[in-house]
Amino acid sequence: MSEIDLQDHVDLVIAEVARAEHSRDLDAIESAHKAKNSPVLAARRALGAVTDEEQRRELGRRIQGCSDAITAAIAARREELSAIEREASLASDALDLTEVLSSAGSFPSRRGHAHVVSKTRASLEDVFVAMGFTIKEGPEVETDWYNFEALNLPPGHPARDMYDTMYLDLGEAETVLMRTHTSPMQIHLLEEAVADQSLPLHVAIPGRCYRLDTPDARHLPVFHQVEGLVVDKGITFGDLAGVIETFTAAYFGPDIHSRLRPAYFPFTEPSAEFEITCTICRGEGCRTCSKTGWIELGGCGMIDPAVFDAVGIDATEWSGFAFGFGIDRCAQMRHSIADMRALIENDLRFSRQF
Amino acid sequence: MLTPLSWLKDFADFPDDADLLRATLDDLGLVVEGVDVVGDGLRDVVVARIDEIHPIEGADRVRRVVIEAGDGPLDIVCGATNFAVGDFVPLAPVGSTLPGGFDIARRKMLGVTSNGMLCSGRELGLGDDHEGLMILSDPKAEPGVGIVDVLGIERDVIFDLAIEGNRPDAWCVRGVARDLAARLGLQFRDEAPSTVASSPIPTQQLLSAEVRDTTLCPRLGLSVLSGVRVTSSPRFIIDRLEKAGMRAINNVVDASNYVMLELGQPTHPYDLERIEGSGLIVRAASRGETLVTLDEHERELGVAGKSLGDQGIDIVICDATDTVIGLAGLMGGVSSEISEATTSVLLEAASFDPITVMRTSRRLALRSEASARFSKGTDPAILEIAMARFAELLALSCPDLSMAEPWVQPNDTPARTVIEVPAERIASLLGLNLDQVEIASLLEPRGFSLSESDGVYSVTVPTNRGDVRGGARGIADVIEEIARSYSYSKIPRHQLAWPEPGAVSARQRMRATLRDVVLGLGGSEAWTSSLVDSGELALLGIDEPEIVVTNPLTEGESRLRRSLLPGLLRSVGMNLERQQDDVILFEIGAVFVHPAVSSGRWARAGSQGGSEVAMPDEVDTITVVFAHDGADATTAVAALRMLSDSLGLEGVEIDQKTRRTAELVGLHPTRSGLVRDRRTGVALGVVGEIDPQTASRITPALSGRRVGILSLDIGRLGDTAKATRRSELAQVVSRFPSSIFDMAFVLADDVVAGDLAKALTAAAGELIESLSLFDVYRGPGVEAGSRSLAFRLKLSAEDRTLDDTDITAVRDACIAAARELGATLR
Ligand SMILES: [Zn+2]
Repeated sequence: MSEIDLQDHVDLVIAEVARAEHSRDLDAIESAHKAKNSPVLAARRALGAVTDEEQRRELGRRIQGCSDAITAAIAARREELSAIEREASLASDALDLTEVLSSAGSFPSRRGHAHVVSKTRASLEDVFVAMGFTIKEGPEVETDWYNFEALNLPPGHPARDMYDTMYLDLGEAETVLMRTHTSPMQIHLLEEAVADQSLPLHVAIPGRCYRLDTPDARHLPVFHQVEGLVVDKGITFGDLAGVIETFTAAYFGPDIHSRLRPAYFPFTEPSAEFEITCTICRGEGCRTCSKTGWIELGGCGMIDPAVFDAVGIDATEWSGFAFGFGIDRCAQMRHSIADMRALIENDLRFSRQF
Repeated sequence: MLTPLSWLKDFADFPDDADLLRATLDDLGLVVEGVDVVGDGLRDVVVARIDEIHPIEGADRVRRVVIEAGDGPLDIVCGATNFAVGDFVPLAPVGSTLPGGFDIARRKMLGVTSNGMLCSGRELGLGDDHEGLMILSDPKAEPGVGIVDVLGIERDVIFDLAIEGNRPDAWCVRGVARDLAARLGLQFRDEAPSTVASSPIPTQQLLSAEVRDTTLCPRLGLSVLSGVRVTSSPRFIIDRLEKAGMRAINNVVDASNYVMLELGQPTHPYDLERIEGSGLIVRAASRGETLVTLDEHERELGVAGKSLGDQGIDIVICDATDTVIGLAGLMGGVSSEISEATTSVLLEAASFDPITVMRTSRRLALRSEASARFSKGTDPAILEIAMARFAELLALSCPDLSMAEPWVQPNDTPARTVIEVPAERIASLLGLNLDQVEIASLLEPRGFSLSESDGVYSVTVPTNRGDVRGGARGIADVIEEIARSYSYSKIPRHQLAWPEPGAVSARQRMRATLRDVVLGLGGSEAWTSSLVDSGELALLGIDEPEIVVTNPLTEGESRLRRSLLPGLLRSVGMNLERQQDDVILFEIGAVFVHPAVSSGRWARAGSQGGSEVAMPDEVDTITVVFAHDGADATTAVAALRMLSDSLGLEGVEIDQKTRRTAELVGLHPTRSGLVRDRRTGVALGVVGEIDPQTASRITPALSGRRVGILSLDIGRLGDTAKATRRSELAQVVSRFPSSIFDMAFVLADDVVAGDLAKALTAAAGELIESLSLFDVYRGPGVEAGSRSLAFRLKLSAEDRTLDDTDITAVRDACIAAARELGATLR
């Protein structure tokens, strides 16, 4: 077949492709194009007879061009047709949602299950409400001011390192971030309370927090905390210890107690880590609690004067405390969940136990 | 920080009771993360000589070994093979107990009586080598001799302590010992190092030294030591370094590390002959300067890092020609490293600015024991003692050592902070009354001093407590120190109460209702990640800027989610693949909208919170995915009706005409719509089916399956300006019977049934009690492109029973209204 003939063939096929009304038609055209006896393949076979190498190469290129043109035309038409076919199927499938009868809708005859973390959060909230706390919430995306600086963690503070912060490409570098704890809500609420002169404050703030961390049995990069904040007149460390103990017994049961030991958080002073009786061995000592009978639950302390300064509260007039701990960790302890990763897998066989 | 009890005992006569010490350390806030007892249970272990080795018939993994351990030949069954006749190995005889509590008894195995156990290093708690028996090569190894004597092991307890950021004093053995001794009421021994031979010329005349920036290096101590012979350290130094987790290198480096572990002051020894011009300069690195550190990495210095406020300040030590030879507080350079040829050492002991050292350490990802201590803040007053202690230790292995009089600049004693603490503040912050004697007994053993005047204590803070702030904030720091020393667990607990009642917000209550209704419909709650893959928006076809995580650990967690849908669909797919039935999943959580397209929340940011930054919208969302058998768009519509009824919403309608909106992306184009409030016109969410194309793209398990979806914006649902609520006021219910009748209309397919229902309701006027669609028919008898819609109307009046006239009037009004929409009565 001569070169002219080949070009005619291409035009012919492309016209045929354009006429195709169904992807079935394109299948037929495509298989003809790929068949051994197709003009393109025949032309390619004939190349062997051309002796001049330069000429052979040039011819080869043209044949390839023709073949590509056909393939491209088929692909383009296939896309058009599938769009048309999808349109047609969507149209025939159309449903007027206002036409749905009041008797419509079938649901399984078994109740669903709340996530164990949200159940845990709800029971923690119940305990706090009963203790007189108001439940508040706040944003998950924060700025360096709320998450760090106003909490007495200025840029370069060594303790900032502990937070494995996830920053966002918004604003100046390292100013917008995923909150690493629920403590920035202390600042939001104190700023608000100062603005509308609504101190005292007795609030609990549950919420989702983030850190750069590879998930393992005890840690997830996305996790939940609850923060407690009390600012009033004459609040003491003894009050803090009392509130922690009341909460512990109310949530975990009367035989679980709390104790405080010194720790360091830049936004509280004095600061404490609070531990509760090991829920596995009830204080006898086991592997989970490294034979101490106690397990760490969270951090707490008296609001640092630097925090009061940041929000403009007079630390000689008001005092207060804050505490925070992991909701997921409470769920893990209460239900003996060996591996935290089960919480984000969403396997119904796991969820339906709770 | 690994802290051996034997080392602590240099400073006070601590008891051996590891449990007591552990509990005391914990209560002091020196949290014990692990306790390692070495040499315990080795009293009975003796040296045995291998005399014969025989196979045991029928056993290929154990052999019978005849040993001599001083009391005549004994048979032992042993599984190890790494020994030969004539070797000396440890034997745990019958009746002994190994570390970890394993009791050795006489046992009969395969007809052979085994009289004890031959041990590996690991079984004895002496290392991890578990490959075979521990082979003893020491000349003292004679049959029957105690292994403790052969190896020179003393029982010791090593505490692994986590030192908090506000305890710079406790980053050393001496500091821990001081705190512990104070609590236990033991005498703290703090002896000055004994002096070594002094060389005639003082350091100041041997060297030049210049500190160019005294904020970066507030105090610099230098001392020249001659007569140095580089060799290995005495055994006790090597032992203690190893117990503390450091490797012994040579006597010079070891002495420096020993001083750091003991006193908390890192020092740096230079080979004096290798310092050009016999002088040192301390300054900030200039931009782009380089140094090859001891770990043989070339470090580029003085370049600002990415972290907030990092201006690229690195403190460097230079020789007299101003060439950088060390990275202050972090690591020395190779050029002046101690070698076997070293005979004189220039010892540097300095105070560096903690934050600068920490920033450099972070930026260069270079951490050392020294940088850990400098970052917390070291004691500027300890330089002289550290240099003397170094010399004292080095003299043990260098008999000819002499030390030139140290040169410390500035030479005056560092100032001590004084905090004025009102006595009343201590009581009011702790809820605990302590008198001056009690407070002094807590603070003074820890280096504070105290005087009282007019109810105010003047508390002088020791120089090793750089964490105690000056001014009013320092009051809280001192009070913490009092409470900590007294013991938190002894502070009486108080039952606090206040008059304000606890409460949850309306939004939280609404969320609880939503959750409860969906649970009742069979939905189970999922928790999917708020962090998604970079392809997620493209996958959904949402044309909006993504919110990008600057420093993600993985690409799969590099964006914030814009929709709960993909995560839920993946979870649904996974459950279907695991053959679960009745798969309905929902999630309640935030989705994030880029500030460039959001409504605009601004927040304080930057240094001092002095600027404002545009923040993403966080849309509180509930999304329910129905993938149980028989689920489709009608399931989602039924769920919507149930939810809006439970929330008391009025006038929720479905709009299928609006298509091009981000909310509808990924939804079926002809089987889904926006949920709107009729009065306000505000879109509250979406309802319908998932676009099959999107579904199968996200998870193949969903292809060929109809999946219903309902997604609502909880913030809008809770906002009465957006979502209309039923009035809370009671409506009178008619005492007269209702009249019920049906009407069927033929309506063209391009008019939605909802419009007809709306028109009929309006036409029926105030008599209408309810109107419901109870049948839809397409087929013979109804022209193509239309359908018959049958409605049931319930009418009533407050004051009478309705008669035919009333009903006819309503019917006629309805027929007329339907005609407006092109509908005819059937
Ligand atoms: Zn336990």
